[in-house]
Amino acid sequence: MNPRRSISSNPASTVKSRFTNGFLKALLRINRQRITSTTAYTPREIFRGYLRVKIAADVSMASAIGSRRAWSRAMLRKVRSHGRDGAQVRRMSFLAMRKRNLYGKKIKCVEEDVGCYQANVLRKLVPGGAAMDMCCLLGETAHYIKCLNTQVKVMRRIAEVFST
Amino acid sequence: MSSRRSRTRQPGCSRISDDQINDLVSKLQQLLPEIRDRRSDKVSAANVLQETCNYIRSLHKEVDGLSERLSELLASTDTAQAAIIRSLLVHK
Repeated sequence: MNPRRSISSNPASTVKSRFTNGFLKALLRINRQRITSTTAYTPREIFRGYLRVKIAADVSMASAIGSRRAWSRAMLRKVRSHGRDGAQVRRMSFLAMRKRNLYGKKIKCVEEDVGCYQANVLRKLVPGGAAMDMCCLLGETAHYIKCLNTQVKVMRRIAEVFST
Repeated sequence: MSSRRSRTRQPGCSRISDDQINDLVSKLQQLLPEIRDRRSDKVSAANVLQETCNYIRSLHKEVDGLSERLSELLASTDTAQAAIIRSLLVHK
């Protein structure tokens, strides 16, 4: 059992609680910005709101992990390099990055007997995966999946609380 | 496991043992709900990777959907949710 997931005597030290705290604070910030904005209900603003929440969730999870994992480091690097302002900049960068990956980056595959094509697909899904060798990629993927599960559980719970 | 072909040794690559890879793949297998429930005897590594990719994509989609729902909820509810958030922060 992953010790990080167990309920320790100090609840603030679990990944789940760190993520929850960070994410809720980010939601508060997002809501304050939305209240001060006068154009809160245009389709563009609605899209920006969704994007802000999504980025807040990803960043909160990566921050809860910190620099312990390659995928969290890669994700934090990516977000920081895109700057703090401008959801539009982020949106365009995400689209541009997706296009670059589609029109290929040919990633050299060394481990032929473990499903080369699938490994490359996996590299695109896991943050920072392009630079990892097979061993590292598999380990990072396992941790990333655990964290994504936690993220989904917490977000679901928050949505439940908000909708009551 | 897929048949073991001799791996082409390219200069500069790290030597990773088959056992290490098998070990990691089986660890991944434990995390995937699809394969865990199926209880089949042997699942090929390529299959595990494929299921992993599908699973990660579905988790991403779920996060997207939840983000959308949360941003809608934030937009629709009033300042009462600030109090809710504060209480959640206290309890967590």
